[in-house]
Amino acid sequence: MSIPVNQEIILEVKNLQTIFKTDTGDVRAVDGVSFKLPKGKTIGIVGESGSGKSITSLSIMRLLASNGKITNGEVLYKGEDLLKLSESQMRKLRGNEISMIFQEPMTSLNPVYTVGQQISEALMLHQNMSKKDAFIRSVELLKLVGIPSPDKRVKNYPFELSGGMRQRVMIAMSLACDPEILIADEPTTALDVTIQAQILELIKELQDRLGMSVIFITHDLGVVAETCDYVAVMYAGQVVEYADIRTLFHEPKLPYTIGLLKSLPRHDIEQDKLQPINGNVPSPHEMPVSCRFSPRCPAATDLCRANMPQLETDENGNQVRCWIYTDEWTGEAEVDIYGEKRIAKSRGAKTILPD
Amino acid sequence: MPKYIIRRLIQTIPVLIGVTILVFSLMHLVPGDPAQIVAGEGASEQTVENIRERLGLNEAIPVQYGRFLGNAVQGDLGSSVRSGRPVMDEISSRFWVTVELAFYSTIVAVFLGLIAGIISAVRHYTIADTSIMIVALFGLSMPNFWFGLLLIQWFAIGNWMPESLEFLKMRPSGWGDSWRQIILPVLTLGTGGAAIIARMTRSSMLEVIGQDYIRTARAKGVSERIVTYRHALKNALIPVVTVVGLEFGGFLGGAVLTETIFAINGMGRLTIDAIRTRDFPVVQGTVLVISVIFVLVNLLVDISYRLLNKRIDLN
Repeated sequence: MSIPVNQEIILEVKNLQTIFKTDTGDVRAVDGVSFKLPKGKTIGIVGESGSGKSITSLSIMRLLASNGKITNGEVLYKGEDLLKLSESQMRKLRGNEISMIFQEPMTSLNPVYTVGQQISEALMLHQNMSKKDAFIRSVELLKLVGIPSPDKRVKNYPFELSGGMRQRVMIAMSLACDPEILIADEPTTALDVTIQAQILELIKELQDRLGMSVIFITHDLGVVAETCDYVAVMYAGQVVEYADIRTLFHEPKLPYTIGLLKSLPRHDIEQDKLQPINGNVPSPHEMPVSCRFSPRCPAATDLCRANMPQLETDENGNQVRCWIYTDEWTGEAEVDIYGEKRIAKSRGAKTILPD
Repeated sequence: MPKYIIRRLIQTIPVLIGVTILVFSLMHLVPGDPAQIVAGEGASEQTVENIRERLGLNEAIPVQYGRFLGNAVQGDLGSSVRSGRPVMDEISSRFWVTVELAFYSTIVAVFLGLIAGIISAVRHYTIADTSIMIVALFGLSMPNFWFGLLLIQWFAIGNWMPESLEFLKMRPSGWGDSWRQIILPVLTLGTGGAAIIARMTRSSMLEVIGQDYIRTARAKGVSERIVTYRHALKNALIPVVTVVGLEFGGFLGGAVLTETIFAINGMGRLTIDAIRTRDFPVVQGTVLVISVIFVLVNLLVDISYRLLNKRIDLN
């Protein structure tokens, strides 16, 4: 199911390109990323390490390291291009309307200030609260994210809290100003599994209660399945497949997505062995000019190895960047995808890779 | 905290005993007979013997040391063999002069060093950064006595000074209460210290600016100013405070050359003169006092860590 026509889109990223200047030349970390975030929904951005998913989120926030630069594209928030805002206008949005939680709760809080001081900071900055009011609100926020005895914890320093607690503090901090959009950059990666589940549930629950839209960045498809409404799969700096959650898990189109799902352990079917995707993500310095997945793709043809496919949209609004789903892809090929014989037929956008 | 301070003070005792043993032994390892030196070149054997007797140099070294230590804990550091005045009096008349010099020099060093270091770190790899680091390298490499002489040349004698700046001209003289007399020695000491502090601040700030929590602060929407001064600086200060403490201690004990050049009658000069004239009691006394101060400054530095970062547990 695609995004309904009447659904309000709160954030739209169009053809985003981000490069990093390095000693060995420019690296295109994000190369033409587009997706839409409907209001109140959750979009997952999935990909391997180095696929550009974190850089995409930092580009939206305009928090790139000093050698990073957004060279192209638009980030439309409520119709306004964030990339055209001045730095001070952007600062008014950060932590206020768009906020972010990071991967590493252990290092993402300032060690020399109490958690109360750190939560209060955003409140005093964006909501002009007095120190006292901000403190009271901080206690409420800590309570909201399920921290026991928040009136005591508010005076704690980060080192006095566990990893899960710190991530809750991060969440409290990011929710301080009732943001419209929450960007969660691998918020559970550094936590152990039981805490992961709690944090995911907390984000979901707060989203329902506060009506936020969430961008969920992760490499964990299990997390995506639990939390997201839509998914953008990224590979080597590009969005390669975009679909609603049902379609992505039940009718994945891209050989890469199929590969990702096959490498995921499942408890509902019997599996002998997990299927890895062979090879590695290409080095950013040696990016293929063709389909970037073609060196690893079991279904790649000469066409795939010579040309870059475009992100094509089907009649349901789902998108895929793959030659197999275009009219140019000819013939009926029997391809071996991860040990299974499949028939890919050249039926343009209707091509089906049977599961 | 009070418990910690008391424990640290008790711990200083073995340090100070070690220092006194070292000074005591060194003085006796120095070639030449102290009594002979005190008596002078042409003194008769009888005179030398008398002096030896008077200074207690005939006794075994451990006995001499024991007596020195026993008197020292009662606040008696003996008398100068040169002037005959009690060592305590000699020191107390010079002590505050040196403390004042060290204090103002440290302020100059911290003020200049922090500002330069922060600018350098925030404007990393720009012309400002490079220029500051080149100047700091000069400041670090230039010996104090040389820089002091240059300052005297420029500001006191007035060489190479354009007429419009004549009002800046000043005269080094004995220690007085005018800022004109203190400013050149303070600049001499302070700029050298500033160079070290600037380099330390820069590298410490650069490390902190790359931390995750700085990104968190930016994601909250705070301005770069607040990111730098509230979020980064407080974290970056710990190694800087260490250096400042060492600098202050160093200024107290090691301002010898600067005090000599500017004819300041401080502890440094007292020590040097005493060493030159083999005035044992004075040397022992000054080294002991400087050591005590050094140890106390280090204690203050350790306590300030705790104030900067609550994670540092002093116990």
